[in-house]
Amino acid sequence: MTNRLAWIATLVTGLFMVAQYFIKTDATNAVYTTLLDYYQIVFAVSMIVGGIGLLKQHSLKVQRSSQRRGYSLITIAAILFMVIAAVIFGTGATSPYQWAFNNLQAPMQATTFSLLAFFVASAAYRGFRIKSAPAFVLALAAVIVLVGKSGFGEMVSQQLPAIAGWVLNNPSTAAKRGILIGVGIGSVATALRVILGIERSYR
Amino acid sequence: MTRQYVFVDLARLAKHVLFAFGFVGDTVNSFILAAGMFDSASLVLLIWMLLTCGVVAYFSYRRRVSRLRLRAIPGIAAIEEAVGRATEQGKPIVFTTGWGGDIQRPTTLAALNLLRFVAGKAASYGCRILFPTHDPVIAETAKEIIRTAYNEAGHPDQFREDDVTFVSPSQFGYASGVDGIVSRQKPGAIFLFGTFEGEALILAETGNINGALQIAGTDSTIQLSFFIVACDYTLIGEELYTASAYLTDDRRVQSSMYAQDLIRAVVVTLLLLLPILAMFGVNLYKEIL
Repeated sequence: MTNRLAWIATLVTGLFMVAQYFIKTDATNAVYTTLLDYYQIVFAVSMIVGGIGLLKQHSLKVQRSSQRRGYSLITIAAILFMVIAAVIFGTGATSPYQWAFNNLQAPMQATTFSLLAFFVASAAYRGFRIKSAPAFVLALAAVIVLVGKSGFGEMVSQQLPAIAGWVLNNPSTAAKRGILIGVGIGSVATALRVILGIERSYR
Repeated sequence: MTRQYVFVDLARLAKHVLFAFGFVGDTVNSFILAAGMFDSASLVLLIWMLLTCGVVAYFSYRRRVSRLRLRAIPGIAAIEEAVGRATEQGKPIVFTTGWGGDIQRPTTLAALNLLRFVAGKAASYGCRILFPTHDPVIAETAKEIIRTAYNEAGHPDQFREDDVTFVSPSQFGYASGVDGIVSRQKPGAIFLFGTFEGEALILAETGNINGALQIAGTDSTIQLSFFIVACDYTLIGEELYTASAYLTDDRRVQSSMYAQDLIRAVVVTLLLLLPILAMFGVNLYKEIL
């Protein structure tokens, strides 16, 4: 019975969301906005549940583990600091919350992002090893695009930037569009299977 | 299925679709267009969507394909092997759906359908499954899916709620959190299914460095190239959506995949036909695609 109710809710909501995309009236817009508000409420409650779960998990780690206790303590302190600072001082431009975001969180995120430079190099080294004919084509295309799109390309040959542009605009774009057509059809089919209850992750 | 039967089926299908279009079109037109509510700019999109939905629903309910030959996809075949390998090594598996998608995205839904299968295998093999995510709604959904899988496998006591972790809503906070889990736990297998953005290569390379067997699948064309070089197997684009059809015995799901291929064949035919028509001065691109 509970599963049937869940499926009916999915069916009605799914069909409405499709219909409201094509039928624009004040009534459909109002229902759509209300549904989005409900999603925000669900998200906010889930965020609280997730935050409490995170605190609980790290509290347990502090109690159990002696080696990695410090990391969990820092995590708990950071979560509590951001929440308390936002509640007491707000999130304005000169607030402690914003200071912590600009001077702690943003640099840490930039540090993680910068790892990509090293990972791209190691992945490219593995990817461009020529073991077969398709690997040779891949490596050749990569060299043409890399050299052609850099300033060095024009020094080598005046034609190289144009060839690199052709590789990007024709074979590469054609392959991408082929994938995207499949993705589009697959998205509609998956959504339909979920809406009709043919495929569901709940039992 | 012989060629003769295929044509008969296609003719019958075309008849049903045309009838449905005519009936629905007339009814909807009379009610909606008269009231001026329909957004006419989306008419082509609506027709394509109705056509896709109609064909998928028809094959799923009315005309289930009896003899379906599925093209072998190595990445899907390797899923069970990956769980088995991790179990033999006594290591956990990591499953994550990426930072780019919320619960509403079809990619996330397809990934969660795969999670049901992976969690079922992990539960029956007695393998621990770790699920870090950036979205608390996905975390709660995944928790229920994994809990159900352990219950169905008869090992409800082995399910650990703490293994489904809401890490951080921030992109690189999430990437750091998953990297930390992978580096500390050294999983035997990593499943990266969903919508990934800049964190894709960070996760895949960390898994590679830690020696995990990695299977990835995404609809993001930019991140696919990273997954192909860093992972052992990659599901490209729509293969992610069809993966559950391979893993289930449900004929309805498999038949819907057949319908997807049929629609794609129509699109490819149009892509070949329309330029030829354009050479004769008949430009129907905007009207049809």
